Order: sequence, then C-alpha cells, then structure tokens
Amino acid sequence: MRKSKVKSQKSKVALAFFGALSAAVTLAAQTATAPSAKPPGGLPPPGRVDAGGVLYKKVGCYQCHANEAQGGLSGPRIGPNVVPIARFSDYIRKPTGEMPPYTAKVLTDRDIADIYAWVQARPRPPAVNTLPQLAP
Amino acid sequence: MGRSKRSRPGVERRRFLQQGALAGAALVAAPRVAGAQAAPPAQTPPPVMTHAAEGAAPADVLVLRDEERAGSDFMVDVFKSLGFEYFFANPGSSFRGLHESVINYGGNRGPELITCCHEESSVAMAHAYFKAEGKPAAVMAHGTVGLQHASMAIYNAWCDRVPVYVILGNHADAAIRRGPEWYHGVQDAAAMVRDYTKWDDFPWSPTHFAESAVRAYQVAMTPPMAPVVMVLDGGLQEHPVPRSERLAVPKVSMPVPPQGERGAVEEAAKMLVAAEYPVLVADRMARTPNGMKLLVELAETLQAAVIDQGSRMNFPSRHPLNQTLRARAAVAEADVIVGLELVDYWGTVNALRDQLHRTARRVAKPTAKLVSITTGDLYIRANYQDFRRLQEVDLAIGADAEATLPALIDAVKRLVTADRRRVVEERGTKLAQASRTAAEAARVAATYAWEASPVSVARLSAELWAQIKTEDWSLVSSYYSNDQTNWPRRLWNFDKPYQWLGHAGGGGIGYGAPAAVGGALANRRHGRLSVAIQTDGDMMYAPGVIWTAAHHRIPLLTVMNNNRAYHQEIMHVQKMCNARNRGVDRGELGSQLIDPNIDFARLAQSMGVHAEGPITNPNDLGPALRRAIAVVKTGEPALVDVVTQAR
Repeated sequence: MRKSKVKSQKSKVALAFFGALSAAVTLAAQTATAPSAKPPGGLPPPGRVDAGGVLYKKVGCYQCHANEAQGGLSGPRIGPNVVPIARFSDYIRKPTGEMPPYTAKVLTDRDIADIYAWVQARPRPPAVNTLPQLAP
Repeated sequence: MGRSKRSRPGVERRRFLQQGALAGAALVAAPRVAGAQAAPPAQTPPPVMTHAAEGAAPADVLVLRDEERAGSDFMVDVFKSLGFEYFFANPGSSFRGLHESVINYGGNRGPELITCCHEESSVAMAHAYFKAEGKPAAVMAHGTVGLQHASMAIYNAWCDRVPVYVILGNHADAAIRRGPEWYHGVQDAAAMVRDYTKWDDFPWSPTHFAESAVRAYQVAMTPPMAPVVMVLDGGLQEHPVPRSERLAVPKVSMPVPPQGERGAVEEAAKMLVAAEYPVLVADRMARTPNGMKLLVELAETLQAAVIDQGSRMNFPSRHPLNQTLRARAAVAEADVIVGLELVDYWGTVNALRDQLHRTARRVAKPTAKLVSITTGDLYIRANYQDFRRLQEVDLAIGADAEATLPALIDAVKRLVTADRRRVVEERGTKLAQASRTAAEAARVAATYAWEASPVSVARLSAELWAQIKTEDWSLVSSYYSNDQTNWPRRLWNFDKPYQWLGHAGGGGIGYGAPAAVGGALANRRHGRLSVAIQTDGDMMYAPGVIWTAAHHRIPLLTVMNNNRAYHQEIMHVQKMCNARNRGVDRGELGSQLIDPNIDFARLAQSMGVHAEGPITNPNDLGPALRRAIAVVKTGEPALVDVVTQAR
C-alpha cells in the first residue's frame, strides 16, 4: 500500500487540538485589545511583522492554523485577535493538546514575538452578512 | 475454494468444462475420442489436450457452431439476472471471453462496460457507485497483475463495508496457456485479497459458476456488506457449451438483515427515555435512503442530540438536533450514548493525544451508559486491524442498526410519558439553540482570510455552495467532509441521502478521484449535479479517471483543492521534527508537489475536458464555477483548478 491515512486519527488530532486551544480562542475573542496589553514576566522585544510572516510559514504554523492564522482542519483560529503574548508563548513551549512543542532551540523568544506580531496584523474579516456566498 | 477438485486425478479439465458439472463425472469415466462416434457434430467434444494432441495440427473447426454457445454467454445471462448495470474494467486477455460476451451477446447494456485506465480506479468507481445507487457494480481484472493493482481499492471497500463484485480472469490449465498467460496465471488468485474480502470462489463448470455467482452476490449484499471475488477460468469463459445443455440461472434470495433482539431493544429504549442527555452517534448506519428518515424519527421522538460521523449520509446537516459541529461537547455531556454502526466507538468516547508519549483519556462521563448496535459484532477478521480498539459498553446489540431502528422507535414511543415529553421538549429547544450557535460560528469563521491567495478552503466551499444550492446536487467526493471541522459540512445544507457518499473507508489515498466518477455515473440517470472537491495528491494517483469521465460522458464538476502538497504528511513529519527538537524548517521535504507545479487544467484539457485554472484570486472562482457548471449541465465533465491553502 502506497499511502494510508486513518480517518479517526486525523479527527482525533483535530479534535484534541481544537479542544486544547478553543479556550485560548475564546479568550482571544473576549480580549480584542490583548495585543496592546502588557504581558507579565520577562518579555521578548516587540515583534517584526514581516519576519514573523516568514517564520510562520517556515516553522509550519500554517499547516494547522492555515495561511492567515484563520484556523484550519487541525488547528483553531489564532488571529488577528490574539491571546496575550505570555500565554501565546507558553502554549508554544508546552502545548496541552495535539500541537507539537517548540523549544527555544528551534524557536527563540524573538521568533515567537515576530510570529505574534504577524498573527496580530492579519486583516479583519468582512462582516458575514455582507457576503452573499455565506447566506444561510 | 477446494483445491482438491482441481487436482482430481484422471479428470481432463477442458472436457469436464465442456460437458458441464452435472454430466461431468459420467463423461470423465467414459471419455470419447473425437471423430470415433456417430454422434451429431454438436455433441462432439474437441480433442483432449494430451501430449500428442499438443503436437497435432489445429482442428479445422475454429469458430462456434450453431449448436454451441460460449461459456461466457451463459455467464452474462447470470450477471444480467443479478441486475448489474456496469462492469468497470481495464481490458485484459484473461477475461477476453467475458468481455466479448458482454459487448456482443449482452449488447453492452446491463451490464455496460466502463473503460478504466487502472484497476484501482475500477474498484473505487464501483465502491462509490454502490453508495450512490445502492446496487453493486462489478469489476473485471486479471487475476494477477490486475488484482495487484486493484488490491488497495478493495481494501478501502472492505474497510468501508461496501460490496464490490470483483471478477478475475485466470488460465488455470497450464497445458494451454499462451506465453503472457503464465504471468497472468495463478493457482489461488483470490488468496492475495482473502484477508479483506468476504467470500471467493473459482468455479469449475457453468453450473458451479452460476451457483457461486449468485451466492457471491448474496454474500456481498448481506450486512455487514463487503467485497467478494469470482475467479473465472479462461477456459470456462471461452469453451463452447452445447445449446442443448439446459443451464439454470439460480434465483437470488437475499437474506433479511438481522434486527436486534426484542428484549435488548426494549432495554435500550428504557435507557434512552430515562436519560437526561441522550446522544445518538451514527457512522455506517444509513444503508438505504430510509436510514436517514428513521434516524430523524428516533431523534425527534427523543429530542436527542445526533452526531453524524459521516461514513454514510445519516442525518440532515442543518437539523436542529444535529450536534456534529460540537460533537466532542455533546459526547462529554451525554448520560446515554447509542452508537449506530460505529467504526470507532472507542475513539468516539475517548481521546488519544499523539505526542512523544501517547496518552489517552476518556471524554465521555465515567457514568455514561453506552449502547452499541452494529453488525460489526457479527463479523470480524484477524489480520488487518480495521476493527479498532475494544470499547466496553453496557449493552451490545449485534444487529443491523438500520433494520433495528423501527423496533427501537416503537419501543421509545411506548415509553415516553407526558412527564418525560416535557423534559424531552425542553432538551430539544436547548439543542436547537446550540446547533444554531455552532452554525453561525461556522459562517463567521469562513469570513477570515476571505480575500486571501491562495484561496482558503472555506472560501472555496462557500463559492461552490453559492453556485449549487439551488440545484439537485450531490457531493460525490471530498476528503475534507468526514468530520466536524470540514467546510462543506459546516456551511452546506445536506438533507438528502445521496448528497454525501462517505469516504474511502481504509484511508487509502487515490480513492477520491475515481470515486467521484463512479458516484457521478450513478447520479447521471437521476439528473443530479455531481460535484467533487478534489485534492491534488489524490488526483495524481489516478488522473486517467478524467479520461473515463470524458469518454463515457459522465457529468461531473471537479473543483481542485490544489494545495500542492501532502499536507497531512507534512504535519506528521513536523511533529517528529519537534519531538526530536531538530527544527521543522525542513519538514516539507518529501511531501510537496511543487517544482514544477501541476497544471490540472491542462491535464484535463488534454483529455477533452473543459477546464479552467489555476485560479489564485478568490474573486475569479465564482465566475469560473458558473461556466463549468454550464458545461456539466450539457452532460460533460468539467474541472476548475483552484490553488488553495494547506488544509
């Protein structure tokens, strides 16, 4: 057999990841001003949007969270409303769901700050009721 | 299959076949010599293939006599009696006799040959054809090289419990094989797929064939359904049979699917009616269009949450009780869960975390009562592990779920008192609100990255829905429609049994493109608009199916979800990269389909199909889809290549 994918495994990946990060997404929705809030603890420097975009692709964030951080088959939406950066960073280091962990060896605090800045800069979507393709 | 009957000493095989099984034994005991008797020509057998005969000049009679007919003509009589409409095949000499009988004797109608470019495609087409039409189709292939090509697709059909009727050609008699037939000859052709087929036989006479052909049909169609294999000897196909020989075509007698035992069904009904939050989970439940109606009736009687896991079209996607978009939450809230033909009950009520060390946790409440109704309890094989992890349940009903639903509905209706009815209605109101909230969240989620290029899968799905929602449509294939995170399921209104045909079953890539053609072929007679959301990696397994669709004028709109990689595999490799702390920046190596990019529009155009693309601007998509649908409505296939985001 050349290639085999198992449905449930895929589903479980998606479900577990969704479950783990859904709280974060909910929090993001409730904290639209979170990006400007001052996160606690030792902070990385302010992120660079362009560098973050390159990293977002390079380290594979887009595979689960889709190209514009809007969420995909296996990962929830993470932008443009983002959780506070401390929580964003903590989750990347020690995810509780299906997301693979990124250590400082492969993704520095500076890298995370850059990705955070890029995710935060994603364009706001149009209002759903202005899109006839999404009419119920 | 009894090997002993092929090695019975003293039996000359061609002669045995010539005379038919019923008369065979007597004739073998007293063999006649050609030309040494006064019998009329129609009764004269050809020379036996002895060493001397092999060196003799060819007989002067080289065509069938008026008093004879081909063995494969009788085979067509039997296949017609079984109602086969299509034979999917890539041509092969080991079944040339049957091939000729189908097109000439049978008139290429019922069954009609569908020319395929790969045996794996043949089987996948038959697989999806069944799910759209509810009738099996047959596949013809060589017993060796053809079956080897077909085996992956047979495995998919097996895992999906779909009947595909596989006919293999084989030349068993080594004394009369042509050169290539040695490569196509095999002692036990079906052995290769016996672990994932339900039954097979290698008949030795027309009568044996007729009985086995009917038996194979009955076995394949009895739940749990599965593929079967008939190996047809080349000699049996090609040798003459005297017209005077009366060969009977056995009547098909389909067993009734097993219904759950009455006491067990009543016990399940009591649990459901007493429950505060019952959840019905359906996977391969809806065998027929009536399955959806029954599940709707049961759910509405109970006002119970329903989760449709998608192996079949079990429940309308926008029904207020459909909680598929919040399946995990519904399972976590449940105090009674009834699984209806679940492929993976364990995975429904538990979660496996795939990290460096895999861990599992139960999602359902520890006190939740679990009921299972499935034919899976009646039939299991050892080698391939599609039976999944064992889930402890409180009540296991070994029966066909669809056949059991009427009794369960009756039992539930008898138990719902006025007090319980009030509870039931309150529950339904809450579920309807939860369903509306989930659907609205899905619509809002689709707005993100609306203008992005590459095109988001949500935008692709929304644009396609906008074009087809007023049509009588059928989504014949989409790899992303099997769970609650997929976009068609989140945005489209699936409310008819044929609007979703399930998925591959065994997870073998290469199913989607041929399945779309097979499903569209079934839909053609009903005038339905068949659409497929087609991944690029899958299409590259079997692009020849585009030609089959064009050649046979099968109307099908293929919308390429062209993300230029096997992205699921990239994710797996990235997970390994992370777990080993080596960085993920090389994780795409080996899984991308770039450099060069594949031009699917030109590929389709090369086979005579209307095609547009690659489309990278999402605003170009709607007009391209409209143009393609106009072509499909003329009875032709069309393809729109859309460059999409990863997943």
